[in-house]
Amino acid sequence: MTNYLDFERPLAEIEGKAEELRAMARANEEMDIETEAAALDKKARELLVDLYSKLTPWRKCQVARHPQRPHCRDYIAALFTEYTPLAGDRNFADDHAVMGGLARFEDQPVVVIGHEKGHDTKSRILHNFGMARPEGYRKAVRLMELADKFGLPVITLVDTAGAYPGKGAEERGQSEAIARSTEKCLQIGVPLISIIIGEGGSGGAVAFATADRVAMLEHSIYSVISPEGCASILWKDAEKMREAAEALRLTAQDLAELGVNDRVIPEPMGGAHRDPQAAIKAVGAALGGMLAELEGKSAKKLIKDRRKKFLDLGSKGLAA
Amino acid sequence: MNWITNYVRPRINSIFSRRDTPENLWTKCDDCGTMLFHRELSENLNVCTSCGHHMAITPRNRFEALFDGGIFTEIDVPEPTTDPLHFRDQKRYPDRLKAAQRSTGEKEAMLVAEGEMGRTPIVAAAQDFSFMGGSMGMYVGNAIVAAAERAVRLKRPLILFSAAGGARMQEGILSLMQMPRTTVAVQMLKEANLPYIVVLTHPTTGGVTASYAMLGDVQIAEPNALICFAGPRVIEQTLGEKLPDGFQRAEYLLDHGMLDRVTPRTEMRDELITITRMLMGQPPAVAGDLPAPDPAPEAQPPEQPDKAAAPKTAPKTTPETPAK
Ligand SMILES: [Zn+2]
Repeated sequence: MTNYLDFERPLAEIEGKAEELRAMARANEEMDIETEAAALDKKARELLVDLYSKLTPWRKCQVARHPQRPHCRDYIAALFTEYTPLAGDRNFADDHAVMGGLARFEDQPVVVIGHEKGHDTKSRILHNFGMARPEGYRKAVRLMELADKFGLPVITLVDTAGAYPGKGAEERGQSEAIARSTEKCLQIGVPLISIIIGEGGSGGAVAFATADRVAMLEHSIYSVISPEGCASILWKDAEKMREAAEALRLTAQDLAELGVNDRVIPEPMGGAHRDPQAAIKAVGAALGGMLAELEGKSAKKLIKDRRKKFLDLGSKGLAA
Repeated sequence: MNWITNYVRPRINSIFSRRDTPENLWTKCDDCGTMLFHRELSENLNVCTSCGHHMAITPRNRFEALFDGGIFTEIDVPEPTTDPLHFRDQKRYPDRLKAAQRSTGEKEAMLVAEGEMGRTPIVAAAQDFSFMGGSMGMYVGNAIVAAAERAVRLKRPLILFSAAGGARMQEGILSLMQMPRTTVAVQMLKEANLPYIVVLTHPTTGGVTASYAMLGDVQIAEPNALICFAGPRVIEQTLGEKLPDGFQRAEYLLDHGMLDRVTPRTEMRDELITITRMLMGQPPAVAGDLPAPDPAPEAQPPEQPDKAAAPKTAPKTTPETPAK
């Protein structure tokens, strides 16, 4: 059963009608509805293509946050073998908003780290909706150090609304944890690849995405602030999120133009949630390509190039 | 009380003659409500002489008090692309920038300078909260990179005074990218074995706290400064939970192990001299080896509206206090 987004309502109606027809036909074998149902299918498909070929930035935010979108654990399960989760920050706790550990990608041992949002009420609560506490970033630092020590590439899968804004998180140094994770990203002498699979929310995303290559799924977003947050501050009205999403230039396509996103990974028509396997396959292909690009680079060169990449982000801008 | 007529009077006149309006002669402390004599307040670095409350101070005034004799040389900051996203909310971003430039008289939200502090050569950077909330965009990023590069070239410590509401939304992702970018700047200093000292001032929040402002070798905060990632209002809204007194304030962070020190602004300069000289392997600062400053009046509190309220934090009068 599909969860339709508000802008998909016309599509939901057509697909609903087609389904209804088929259900009636199943109940009454004399009915011949296939021509009519096929016409509805065709219409639905055309509408889907039409909707998704011109998604507004706000609609992209909705798609990026779609609850049925494949999440970190789906990518890890499908693209990696021998995934061996490693837990804890050796200090306070294990943060379930961040999953990570050793794994093999196409037989090559790697360290994989990512935000996990959860897929039902129970798992969403367990994973704190993908909003990490300091322990999550400190776990990531530890895993990056492990990767650096043993020469394993690091792959991060980013999908978070942001770092968790909570009392305990603040008391235990949320800012410092994020700052150290970003710092670690800039220090490790192994390839670091980051893929934004859904939401790249502010500092909570940067802490994992300060990478040699940053790729974004076609309908994912990456932003300094959520459109709702930006709207409530600058427009003094959280309902102006459409305008804010537009102004923030947070789409994968805009970020490619700004030099922040190195590669747009195409999604199946209608978004990753309509065909998770296709989305996962596309991510796998992009990952393989990016790892190959970095192969053979020395630790020194990797660090130097990575730092230069971010230092250069002081003079960018969209064409006038 | 001869000095009042002989000394304070002409000062009042000189203030009148500079186009200050009479209302500006007195500032009400936003904490204790005491009326504070303008000149006295600015000589006490905008710290209330009655209750010790730290009010905002501009980067320029801070540098005048920090550097020997108030003398410093500004370091050029490369100009970034203005309005890289053609951002428009209810106002155009360039108009917001112009308004901030008019009201502060500064180009942007960070000032970078080099000079000597207690005869210790340093590079300093200070963020200006009054300029669009001190927000970190590409200019602030450029300023920090320029400061770090200059410090490395001159082999000097970098002292950074932070104050910001966070990243500059109008520069979108490019403001967010200043988090890793400024982290690279900090790494330049670390690899050159140069001290990077952060003084967190009120308020330091968001992406600024979560990058260069939390990566100092020594982390000092001004009293009662709000220092956080997510602001208290956001947390209260999210959790529907009342936060404890003093939550996210400097002293609270000190208690939770997030800071090295909380130091009053009036003692900050001496402390920075002591720390940087030790980290740089230099001999202790010699008090009194500087040109004699303007003497007597600094030691005496000028006329106060409420004479009964004795100052808790008297202005420091070391020989190194720069004459103004
Ligand atoms: Zn006061």
